[in-house]
Amino acid sequence: MSNYTQLQPTEHGPIATVLCCHCGVPMDGSTGLVMCYDCIRLTVDITLGIPREANVSFCRNCERYLQPPGQWIKAELESRELLALCLKRLRGLSKVRLIDAAFIWTEPHSRRLRVKLTVQGEAMTNTIVQQNFEVEYIVIAMQCPDCAKSYTTNTWRATVQIRQKVHHKRTFLYLEQLILKHNAHTDTISIKENKDGLDFFYAQKNHAAKMLDFLNAVVPIKNKKSEELVSTDTQSGNSQYKFTYSVEIVPICRDDLVVLPKKLAQSLGNISQIVLCSKISNTIQFVDPNTLDKADLAPGIYWRNPFPCLVDSTQLVEFIILDVEPTGKTRGKWVLCDVTCARASDMGVNDHTFYVSSHLGSLLHPGDSAMGYFTSNSNFNSDLWDSVESGKLPDVVLVKKYYPRRTKKSKNREWKLKRMAKEHADIVANDETRSAKQDAERSERDYELFLQELEEDAELRQTINMYKSQKNPYGNVEEMEEDDEMEEDDDAPLIDIDELLDELDDMTLEG
Amino acid sequence: MATRTQFENSNEVGVFSLLTNAYCIVAVGGSENFYSVFEAELGDVIPIIHTTIAGTRIVGRMCVGNRRGLLVPAQTSDQELMHLRNCLPDSVRIQRVEERLSALGNVICCNDYVALVHPDIERETEELIADVLGVEVFRSTVSGNVLVGSYCSLSNQGGLVHPQTSVQDQEELSSLLQVPIVAGTVNRGSSVVGAGMVVNDWLAVAGLDTTAPELSVLESIFRLQDSNPEAISGNLRDTLIETYS
Repeated sequence: MSNYTQLQPTEHGPIATVLCCHCGVPMDGSTGLVMCYDCIRLTVDITLGIPREANVSFCRNCERYLQPPGQWIKAELESRELLALCLKRLRGLSKVRLIDAAFIWTEPHSRRLRVKLTVQGEAMTNTIVQQNFEVEYIVIAMQCPDCAKSYTTNTWRATVQIRQKVHHKRTFLYLEQLILKHNAHTDTISIKENKDGLDFFYAQKNHAAKMLDFLNAVVPIKNKKSEELVSTDTQSGNSQYKFTYSVEIVPICRDDLVVLPKKLAQSLGNISQIVLCSKISNTIQFVDPNTLDKADLAPGIYWRNPFPCLVDSTQLVEFIILDVEPTGKTRGKWVLCDVTCARASDMGVNDHTFYVSSHLGSLLHPGDSAMGYFTSNSNFNSDLWDSVESGKLPDVVLVKKYYPRRTKKSKNREWKLKRMAKEHADIVANDETRSAKQDAERSERDYELFLQELEEDAELRQTINMYKSQKNPYGNVEEMEEDDEMEEDDDAPLIDIDELLDELDDMTLEG
Repeated sequence: MATRTQFENSNEVGVFSLLTNAYCIVAVGGSENFYSVFEAELGDVIPIIHTTIAGTRIVGRMCVGNRRGLLVPAQTSDQELMHLRNCLPDSVRIQRVEERLSALGNVICCNDYVALVHPDIERETEELIADVLGVEVFRSTVSGNVLVGSYCSLSNQGGLVHPQTSVQDQEELSSLLQVPIVAGTVNRGSSVVGAGMVVNDWLAVAGLDTTAPELSVLESIFRLQDSNPEAISGNLRDTLIETYS
């Protein structure tokens, strides 16, 4: 009996009438409980039917999670969407009431998601128990059907084949930047690099048509549509086609020297036949260096009667400016001037000088270098050139000012451009052949020239996005200034840091 | 002394056995394990009878008795009655009861002096109980349950009732039965205390699931502790000191 003295009514709370059957603590029996709350929590597991480990499928390529049965959703780590997805994957959660759920931080590379859950459930008759537990999800990497499709060949419905029949890639490098700036490549399945151009592949015809519209707006092109019948259903009359848009860009680039056909020159405001291409947009813009006359040529007119360029910028040679006399005529940024110049390779050899008129009066000063075409010693295999009266043929056409650079400069650029991921038409793992090496060298040179062109032309820069380069710390610039050898480099135009964008895509973590 | 056992994986010891101060009735099981537990405790003291009642094994629920007598339901066969008569001590009266509520163990709960019975039991049965068992009969409920035999376990020393019995009800029952009453459980929280255990004045047998706190409640309310700490410190201490000195 001595044990039962403690079962007397207590001062506070309900009267204890029974002992807990598990631990013997006095408790109120009238509630219908035979076990104290602590013992119920210890002995009853309401999360018994809920697995503590589960899997979520994750596509490594597009970084989306699978929401069964077939939906792939984009979700950040520790986001609400991901939590909802995790909870949906958990079986047995419907038997209890979910009170709280939160992520426990895990290393992103660990491919584990840990979720802390708080649930309530009925343990015995009219006893609600709250319980905390953790569930670990294993993130299983797999490939989603969309990505799988993009890696499989011949899944495209439409393709846009862009070609420009020239020896360099300047137009394509510029076009690449335009596409990146306007996000015109978002719908593409893949981009393939081909001889003389690029192929863009699309899953739907209207995506290709959109790309075509974009190209029409930015470069002078002509296009041709063709279709290939894939299959046809005679019962329903449904047919499936593959569409190909063949796009050819006008093979005239900036800084090219062009001889216009006589009729065309007359129709373009009676401009001189020998002109420089000053700008390429959705039209071709010519300037006559002798008179500063300008003319715009629409691609439709060009393609009615196409003509090649006379010489392109790869054949530019360096001239030293000996004297500049502005004539006072200006047009936009062009200033007409008479220039006395000599070939850089002639300096110290002979005294040949040339007296030419040029549109670069605002840029050139005596002692500068300029790049130009040396036409008097060239032998052009061109009927148009031959048809021009010999009195009108210039000896030298100056095209642009030349900024001498040290090669090191290219590596220390404070800005960079984004590139598109392209696959080559002929994929050879370790292509060590001579032609492959030459191709690589050529494309590298083209790219470097394109970058230099950007540095020199602010107008061109405005149409594209440039990003701050992170590999170059600030201190470097001052070092270069102190360097005596760098004197000639001071001339070279630098891009103002305000023009550059911070790169958001691939920010690296640095501790 | 309180022990734990089970009958063929069932903890409901009170269903398959009946224990009084003069005899013990045990159901016929597949093995003798259950019987052996009783034999080990009671072997030389009181007779232990193997039997069925009305062809069933639920002997503890079918019949009710104390040291003076035994009541069996009307369905009990003559052979069973004969067997019981042969095994029971001569001082124990045995009587068949014509009662609609034939599971006598569920509707009657008694010790050697008083009995609680189902409120709807017949008048004749009530008289028979008083006559054969020699007890005072009270029609009552235990915390609202009419099956007093299921929800109450009673000995001459004390009684255990359904855990939801209020303090007031416990006091009423206690004054009625003239023994201390406590609410409690057996078999890890089972409230069917009458069916879950059997008890007499010196032995209680509960199901195997019964926890230590439950067993200690049984031992203290039925005064079964034969070697409590006071006994060691009081009676045995001197002996121990003499032995080891």
